[in-house]
Amino acid sequence: MSILVDRNTRVICQGITGAAGAFHTKACLEYGTQMVGGVVPNKGGMTDPNGLPIFNTCDEAVQATAATATMIFVPPAFASDAILEAADAGIELIVCITEGIPVLDMVRVRRVLDAHYRGVRLIGPNCPGIITPGQCKIGIMPGYIHKSAEQSETRRAVGIISRSGTLTYEAVWQTANLGIGQTTCIGIGGDPVRGMNFIDCLALYNTDPETDGVLLIGEIGGSDEEQAATFIQKHVNKPVVAFIAGRTAPPGRRMGHAGAIISGGEGGAEAKIQKLEEAGCVIAQSPADLGTTMARALKLA
Amino acid sequence: MKIHEYQARELFVKFGIPTPEAILVRNPDEASRAFERLQRDHGCKLAVVKAQVHAGGRGKGGGVKLVRSADDARHAAAEILAKPLVTPQTGPEGVHVSRLLVAAGVNIAHEYYLALTIDRNRRGIVLIASAQGGMDIEEVAASNPDAIVRELINPSIGLRPFQARKVAYRLGFKGQQVRAAGKVIHQLCDLFIQTDASLVEINPLVVTTPTEEHPDGRVLAIDAKITFDENAMFRHPDLQELADPAEEEPLETRANQYGLSYIKLDGNIGCLVNGAGLAMATMDIIKLHGGEPANFLDVGGSASEEAVTEAFRIILADANVKAVLVNIFGGIAKCDTIARAIIHAAKEVGFKVPLVVRLEGTNVEPARKLLEDAQSSIPSLQPARDLTDAARKVTESIGVAPVAHT
Repeated sequence: MSILVDRNTRVICQGITGAAGAFHTKACLEYGTQMVGGVVPNKGGMTDPNGLPIFNTCDEAVQATAATATMIFVPPAFASDAILEAADAGIELIVCITEGIPVLDMVRVRRVLDAHYRGVRLIGPNCPGIITPGQCKIGIMPGYIHKSAEQSETRRAVGIISRSGTLTYEAVWQTANLGIGQTTCIGIGGDPVRGMNFIDCLALYNTDPETDGVLLIGEIGGSDEEQAATFIQKHVNKPVVAFIAGRTAPPGRRMGHAGAIISGGEGGAEAKIQKLEEAGCVIAQSPADLGTTMARALKLA
Repeated sequence: MKIHEYQARELFVKFGIPTPEAILVRNPDEASRAFERLQRDHGCKLAVVKAQVHAGGRGKGGGVKLVRSADDARHAAAEILAKPLVTPQTGPEGVHVSRLLVAAGVNIAHEYYLALTIDRNRRGIVLIASAQGGMDIEEVAASNPDAIVRELINPSIGLRPFQARKVAYRLGFKGQQVRAAGKVIHQLCDLFIQTDASLVEINPLVVTTPTEEHPDGRVLAIDAKITFDENAMFRHPDLQELADPAEEEPLETRANQYGLSYIKLDGNIGCLVNGAGLAMATMDIIKLHGGEPANFLDVGGSASEEAVTEAFRIILADANVKAVLVNIFGGIAKCDTIARAIIHAAKEVGFKVPLVVRLEGTNVEPARKLLEDAQSSIPSLQPARDLTDAARKVTESIGVAPVAHT
């Protein structure tokens, strides 16, 4: 099993005719994702190079394709509108890849989603997306590095949640090399205000019978990892391995991601690591030990 | 994006937030004339000369001086402009001061702290206020957390009038002050939302001593600090012009022009990485092996040969750099493309320091072959097997004793 997406997930791409949207729609199709169409205002009625129908609005796209998920590549100025358009059209899973959305736009979007679209799940923005190996890839991650439990030597699989893109790939790579597969990997994104958080993903992994453990990759900034620690202590009954990036980051500087900043004494790596450790997580001290620490936590090594 | 106090003050004026009269000057003569003008036009008996730098803690570093005459103003200005200003936030080398604000002094009856910022957890704008103004808010938060008033604001509807009243009464404003303070809070919130700020801060907000004209005193913003959300600057071209390149680290500005995210640090091992999380993790693993990272550098997901070459130039422009670690996880960006960029850049830039390269991911085999073939022409190049091997090689290359790895 998996969480959120599988081989039956029907996906549209908002911004399918842009360079990134077109490139990754093709890559997702090649991976086996059921891409069923795209949305670009004023291009309704056309088809993309893969033969997918393009619609003017999300509403039309959902009516025609029965899509339940969307992948957003719309530029930052219009991305928050695209998220709300998808929610309004009844899409259940919104994956927003776009980087650079103003934080106040995201505050407004979150407040509308929380108040009026409780059933909608948003992943991102500023994230690589979500993948269930061998079934469905919605996002920009290199699909081939991911392995399902069946494709893995140990027949075990973990969930991976991360605020970072390439660090997630690193975690996938390291676990796969040790014969550990992944049920579903979710890049929740590097922005300060976003959709799904560690806790939302942990709750899903916890009840997924095929997820044997969880690898959580956090970074400096905010207190999401601390909240995750509290949640893990109370609710999670599977092994959780955690790594926090940015132990050497200076305070007051934004480390690439809009959300990766230690400010007002909050958001430092050590406090996060301590909370996670107290919650019973196994801490990977080095980014080179993500896989081996997971293997140890699963008692495979 | 940070701006100077005098620029923030102008925005305050535009949004109707009362501030004392002030004049921007660039030299001691202008400072002296500014004092005379404040004296003549506003009956001002004292003024404050303030260094215009982005760094906080100016007062502690001698960048804020109280003056009582035009001559005083001239001397204070000369003194501040004479040497770099060192504050708790600047580092020991300090920052160059080229502008000063001469602001009319006021008789203060009470000082308050007032700020707005983004609350990540509660997804709103949070107003933070305290009746203990003039102090560092973090100190107040630590020593007397109950003295801090917080109010969450929904940007879609803005601050509601009851919220402004609630805050004003809780801070202990009385009489006409309640209305005046409420108005300031309102205008500050409008400013925050309309300019896409990420922080606005008034420290202190003051009530002046009562006069015949103002029996309850006046409410005035004595200082003004604003930081904008860089992601929102596309819709504020006017605000973008307020950026001061002189306040930026030149290498960071250069990196930005190439779409690179670079932050200069104090160590001696340069790093070039794709992805922000991996870049931070690379700094961490260098430290774990006993080294000190010289920088944070994320070349992004699809770095071109040109950008990678520039990245190397930027890393090597830092004289502290004694070795360089390249850590790439090829996803969409293919390893062989990056390897070619490295070889090209290494030849063009001419590496004199050890260069340790760790590549993994898409097309790693052809990439490794390319690096192997290039090794004879780039003698300082050392391929690494994995992340740990890379960290070990780069720290050993500058003579750091191996650290027992737990």
